[in-house]
Amino acid sequence: MLSLVVFLPVLAAIVLAAVPRITDAAARWIWLVVTLLDLALVVGLWLAYRDPGAGKLAFEEQLPWIPNVGSSYHLGVDGLSLPLVALTALIFVVCAVFALRHTDRPRAQAALFLFLQTSSLGVFAAQDLILFFVFFDLSIVGMYFVIAGWGHGNAARSALKFFLYTFLGSLVLLVGFIGLYLGSAAKTFDMALLAASPPFGDEPVIGGLVLGAVFIGLAIKTPTFPFHTWLPPAHTDAPAIGSVVLASIMLKMGTYGFVRIAMPMLPNAWRDWAWLIVVIGIISVLYGALVALAQTDVKRMIAYTSVNHMGYVILAVGAAGVVSDSAAQAREVAITGAVVQMVSHGLITGALFLLAGVLYDRRGSYDIASYGGLAAPAPRYAAFFAVAAFASLGLPGFSGFIAEFQIFAGSIGPVPWTALALPGILITAALFLRALQRMLTGETRGLSRGFRDLDRREILAIAPLLLLAVIIGIVPRFLLDVIEPAASVVVDLVSR
Amino acid sequence: MSGLALALIVLLPAVSGIVLCLAGPRARAAAIPVSLMTATVTAALAVVVAVTRPALEIPFIAGAPVGLAVDGLSALVLPAVAIVTLLVLVFAVAEGTKSPERFHGLMLIFAAAVAVTVTATTLPALLFAWEIMGAMSWALIGFQWRDDRRVQAGLVAFTMTRAGDLGLYLAAGAALRGGAGLSLTNLSAAPSPWRDVIAAGIIAAALGKAAQLPFSSWLSRAMQGPSTVSALLHSAAMVAMGGYLLLRVAPLLAATGWAGNAVAWIGALTALLLGAVAVAQRDLKQLLAASTAAQMGFVVLAAGVGSIAGGAGYLVAHASTKALLFLVAGAWLAALGTKQLFALRGAARRWPLLGVLFTVGALSLAGIAPLSLWALKDELLAVARETSPVLYIVGLAAAALSAIYSGKVLVIVWGRADATTEAGYDAEQPGTRRIGRWEQVPLIVLAAGAALLGILALPPVSEPLKAILGETGTKAPGTLELAGSAVLALAMLALVTFGLKRGLPQPAWAAKWLGLEKAVHLVVVRPTLALSESLARFDDGILDRGLHRVARAGVTGARRLGRFDDARLDAAVEATARAGTVAGSRAARADDQGVDGAVEGLARQLRRLGTLARRPQTGQIYQYYAQIAIALAAVFVLIFLVR
Repeated sequence: MLSLVVFLPVLAAIVLAAVPRITDAAARWIWLVVTLLDLALVVGLWLAYRDPGAGKLAFEEQLPWIPNVGSSYHLGVDGLSLPLVALTALIFVVCAVFALRHTDRPRAQAALFLFLQTSSLGVFAAQDLILFFVFFDLSIVGMYFVIAGWGHGNAARSALKFFLYTFLGSLVLLVGFIGLYLGSAAKTFDMALLAASPPFGDEPVIGGLVLGAVFIGLAIKTPTFPFHTWLPPAHTDAPAIGSVVLASIMLKMGTYGFVRIAMPMLPNAWRDWAWLIVVIGIISVLYGALVALAQTDVKRMIAYTSVNHMGYVILAVGAAGVVSDSAAQAREVAITGAVVQMVSHGLITGALFLLAGVLYDRRGSYDIASYGGLAAPAPRYAAFFAVAAFASLGLPGFSGFIAEFQIFAGSIGPVPWTALALPGILITAALFLRALQRMLTGETRGLSRGFRDLDRREILAIAPLLLLAVIIGIVPRFLLDVIEPAASVVVDLVSR
Repeated sequence: MSGLALALIVLLPAVSGIVLCLAGPRARAAAIPVSLMTATVTAALAVVVAVTRPALEIPFIAGAPVGLAVDGLSALVLPAVAIVTLLVLVFAVAEGTKSPERFHGLMLIFAAAVAVTVTATTLPALLFAWEIMGAMSWALIGFQWRDDRRVQAGLVAFTMTRAGDLGLYLAAGAALRGGAGLSLTNLSAAPSPWRDVIAAGIIAAALGKAAQLPFSSWLSRAMQGPSTVSALLHSAAMVAMGGYLLLRVAPLLAATGWAGNAVAWIGALTALLLGAVAVAQRDLKQLLAASTAAQMGFVVLAAGVGSIAGGAGYLVAHASTKALLFLVAGAWLAALGTKQLFALRGAARRWPLLGVLFTVGALSLAGIAPLSLWALKDELLAVARETSPVLYIVGLAAAALSAIYSGKVLVIVWGRADATTEAGYDAEQPGTRRIGRWEQVPLIVLAAGAALLGILALPPVSEPLKAILGETGTKAPGTLELAGSAVLALAMLALVTFGLKRGLPQPAWAAKWLGLEKAVHLVVVRPTLALSESLARFDDGILDRGLHRVARAGVTGARRLGRFDDARLDAAVEATARAGTVAGSRAARADDQGVDGAVEGLARQLRRLGTLARRPQTGQIYQYYAQIAIALAAVFVLIFLVR
C-alpha cells in the first residue's frame, strides 16, 4: 500500500513522458487526477493508522535490495513521517491545481512534478539510509530541472547554485550515513536497526564526527545559518509551484532527518553537541527574521522567514537533547512542536509562495515597493495575503501558533536561554505587517492599478492550505495524537 | 447545559464574526441584524453564566488543556464587558459605518476573544485569545485602510503589545518546567526561580496590553481608529484586560514577594504621569487615551497591593465611564468633523442631552462623589495605604490630576462657542452637524453605569464581593478618606473652573506623551532596522560571496587538474594507445593471419579509453565541481574503510 502511494506518481510520470500524443490539457488533468488519487490513498492511510508503538512502524514493507551491505527496500511510517507524507500529498495536489492553466510544456512539467512527488514521498517513507539517500538526491535533481526549466530571471544560475550546494550537502550526508554503517554492530543501513542499537556508544570523537557530517548535510537542506544562501536565489527565480515544493516539502527533508536519523541513531553525540545545535537554532531564528525585515523583494522576504521558521525547529530539537530529569515532558512538547512546525510551515509558506506567484503572473515583479493599495482592486487577494501573513507570524488560531507555542514552552524549560529567540516572533510580526502595509493598504498605486483579483483556480489552490492551517490551529488534537507518541519515543531514544 | 452557554458566548460571536468577514460585501445587508442579535444573545448568556458558573475543558497540547470557567472575578467582568460591547455596537449601527460587514465581523471576533480572555483558566487559552485581541486591534485601528497613517498606527499597536506578549511564551515555558502545570490558579505553586520568571512574563504581557509605562505610547497612536473601536478596544475591553490579568494572578504576584510591589508602583506611576499627559492634551481623544492608561494604572495598582474587589469594581465602572466618553467624542467628531478641544467649545450646549451624559462620565472620571469611580478609587487606595503611605499619596495625586483634566474638558465643552471655534470644524472629516436619537440611547445606559456602579464599593455589596473574590483581611476606606478624596476632587474641579483663567500648563514633555514613542524609536526600532540592513548586506556581500569564492577556488583547482589530465594522463593514454597500435602492426607483420583482427580490436579499445579519459574535461564548471565532490566522497569512504 505504501509502495503504491510512493510510486503511483512516478508511474504516471513515465506514461506522460513516454506517450507524446497526450495533449497539454490531458496532461494537466492526468496530473491533477493522479495527485488527487494519491492524496485519497494517504487519507486512507491516515484513517487506518494506529500508533505502532516504540521502535515499530505502520504499513511496513521490506524486500531484500543490496543485502551484501545490509541495505534493503524498507518502507514504513510512524507519527513523525505520516504527517509529512500527508503534507506532501496535499502540496502536490495544490501545485497541480495551480498549474491548471500553465501553457509552458505542461506534459513535461506534469511528468517532472509527479517524479518529484515520488522522490519526496520516498524520503519520508524510507526506513533504510541508502533508500533515503536515493530519494533525497533524486528530489534535488528533479528540483534542479524545475528551476532551470520553468524558472524566470536568472533561473539557470540559481538552479545550478541550488543543485551544487544541496548536492554537496547530500554527499556530506552520505559520508555520515557510511559512518553510521561502519559503526553499526550489525553492519546495516536499516534505520530501525540503527536506532535500536545506536553506534559509537563509547566513541565520542568518531560519533561527533559522524554527527557533524549528518548535521551539515541536513543543515544545508533545512537550511540553517550559515548554510542558507542558496535558498533566496532559488526561490526568487523558481516558478511559483517550484517554490512551493521547495519550501513546503524539500526543506522538511532536512528537519525530518534530525528527528528521524540524527537524534535516534547518534544519541550520545547529539547530547554532547545539543548546546551548539541550540545556538545555531537561535542564530537562525534571529538572523532569518532580521534579514527578512530588510528585504524589498517579497519572495526573498518569504524565503528568509523560512530560515527563521526552520530555526525554531532546530532550536527545539537541540533543546530536546539537553537531558535533565525534570524536563522530560517539556522536551516531548518541544519535539511535538518541531514536527507541527514542519507541517505548519509547509501549509502557510506554501500559500504565501502561491500568492507571491500571483504577483509575478500578473505583473512580473516581486518588488514590494512597486505595489500599494492592492486591497482596492483585489480585495480577495488582499484578504488571502493578510490571513497567510498572520498565520505565518504565528497568530493563535493558525497552526503556526500551535507549533511555536509548543516549541518555546518545551524549550525554555530545559534550556532557559532559548528565550533569546523570542524576539524572532516579534520581528516576524513587524516584517509581515510592514509588507502588508506597503503592498495592500494606502492609495492604490504603481503595479497595483488594474490588478486582477484572484480567480477561482487560484483560490482553489490556496484556500485548502490556509483552511488546514486554521483547523490545526483551532482543533490540533487530530494531528497531535499522531505526533505525540512518536515524539515521546524520540525523547526516550535520545536520552539513552 | 450551562457549559453550553459558556461555549456559545465564545462560539456565537466568533462564528458569526468570521462568516461576516469571509462573506464580504455580499453579507452587507445581514451584517447589522446578525451583529446586534449575536451581541444581545451573548450579553444575556453572560448574565446567565455569571450565575451558573460553568467550567469547560478542551484537550489542547500535551499537559495543557484549554480551560474556560466562570469564577467570581469573571462573573463580575464578563457580563459588564458583554453589555458594553452590545451598547457600543448599537451606537456603531446608529452612527453608520462603511463596510459594516467587515466592521461588525471584526468586532464580534474581538468580543469572542475577550470572552475567552476573561474566562481562561490556563495559559494556552489566555495567550490564544490575548493575541487575537491584538490582531483585531490592528485590523480595527487600520479599518480605513486607504489611510497609511492609520494602518501604521495599527502596526505600532500590534508590535508594541506583542513585545509584551512574548512574556506569556516565557511564562508558559517556565510553568511547564516548574512542574505546576499551565493552569492559572496553580502558577503560584511553581518553585522559585520558575515562579519569578512566570510572574515577570505575565507582568510584561499585562503592562503591554494595559498601556502602562513604558508601553503607553501605542495607545496614543491607536486613537487613529474609529471612536467606537477606541471605546471598546482601547478602553473598556482590551486595554482593561491587561489590568484584569494582573487581578487574576494577584496570588502569584503576592507569592513572589517582589512582583506585587513592582506592579503597584508601575501602576501608581502610570496613573500619575499619564494623568499629567492627559492634562496637557489638546485633542479630546488623545486626552481620553492618556486618561485610560492613567485609570488602568489604578487597576494595576490594585492588583499589586491585592485589592481585588476594588480593582475589579474600578475596572467595570471605568469601562462604562470611558466607553461613554469615547462614544460622545465620536459623536462630536462625526457631527463637527473635529476632536480638537478648542473647536469643541460649546459642543455640550449645542446637544444638551449628549452634553449632560458626557458630564456624568467626566464627573465620574474626576472622582466626584457619589459617582462610581470616587468610592471605588478610595477602596483600592485604602489597601494601597496599608502597603505604603507613599503609594497612597502618589495615588491621591493621580486622582487630583483626573479631576483636573476632567474639569478642563468640561469647562471647554460647556463654554460658549466663538468665532475661532467654527473655524476648527471639519478639520479631520466633513461633519454632518447631526446626532441621531439612537446614538444617544446606549449612552444613557452607559451613563447610568458610570453614575451608579459605585455601589460595588458600598460595604453591604463590597464585603460579599470580597468574599467571592477571595480577598481577605484588607481594610475598607474610612469616612475620612472618602470625604477627603471627594473634597479633593471638588477642589480641583473648582480650581480649574474658576481659578485658572489663563488655562492649564501644557509642558512639552507631557503634551508629547513623555517622549515615549521617540524613545522606543530611538532605542528599539532604529537599531533593529539598522541591524537588519547590515545583516542583509552581510548575507549578500560576505556570506554568499564568500561561498562563491570557495566555489571559484574549486573550479580553478578543477581546471588545474584538467590541465594535468590533458598534459600528462591523457598523453600517457594516447601514447599507450599508439604503442598498442604499433605493437599490433608489428604483430600483424609477424603474423598477418588470424590474430590481426583481435589486435586491431584491442587498439581500438585503447583509443576509446583515451577518449573516455578526456571526456570529464567538458569545460562545464559544475561538472568539474561535481567530480571533485564525488572524489571527496570517495576519499572519505576510503578513510573510513581503512581506519
